[in-house]
Amino acid sequence: MTLVRAFLVGGLLCGLAQLILDTTKANPAIIMVSAVSVGAVLSGLGLYGPLVTLGGAGATIPLTGFGHLLVTGMVEDATRSGLFGILTGGFRAASAALMAAIIFGYLMSVLFNPKG
Amino acid sequence: MAKATVREAEAYNMLVKGFHPPRQVARNFIKAYMVGGSICVVGQIILDYLVAKGVPFVQASSMTSSTMVFLGALLTGLGIYDEIGRFAGMGSALPITGFANSIVSPAMEFKREGFVLGVSARMFQIAGPVLVYGALSSIIVSILKVFVF
Repeated sequence: MTLVRAFLVGGLLCGLAQLILDTTKANPAIIMVSAVSVGAVLSGLGLYGPLVTLGGAGATIPLTGFGHLLVTGMVEDATRSGLFGILTGGFRAASAALMAAIIFGYLMSVLFNPKG
Repeated sequence: MAKATVREAEAYNMLVKGFHPPRQVARNFIKAYMVGGSICVVGQIILDYLVAKGVPFVQASSMTSSTMVFLGALLTGLGIYDEIGRFAGMGSALPITGFANSIVSPAMEFKREGFVLGVSARMFQIAGPVLVYGALSSIIVSILKVFVF
């Protein structure tokens, strides 16, 4: 059941992104950037948390989930240590994914060569 | 006769113009939905497995993202992810595997320019803007949420 919900929510987010790509002048990079910001705003409005409860990985794997993760971490640290928490919380929450992206990204770029 | 054919051709072109884009848009939507949804299902399988093992949800979620980043980077290196991307569009670009793809793809491409200004600088061609605007928007949202409301 969690798998079905992840498929429906994650698919919907990707489908909407594709719809925006096809019906506006936005390019994929702009959509990826906007998705993070949209996720942050939805998180701030208290809407993304319930979406994560509903869709699980379907909500956390798309880049909107990255914006939500940043806001969640900032709000968590800010309630614990005040204004400074806003600076520490975002990347604390996202640290694993970012470290993985840098390390694995570098490793694969060095190991492999582009096809064609 | 020839004139009629031309007119028919024009009418046909109008018809195609009228129907082709929406149908293409619908087809792309479905492709992106299917592939994006499937990628999230892979993530959910990893997440469910970790939670069943007793890993707390927040940690399990971040382990899942890291694993997906690894898979995205590996499949990009193998040249498979770009094939998926050609079919799925945003369906493979929006998930965090697509974020990994956006790092490895240009970094591999610019390897001949060296490992500093080639690989490591180009890694952030798209990931950089994602991080910058992610930081900006989440800071603004968090300040509003914590100190204003």
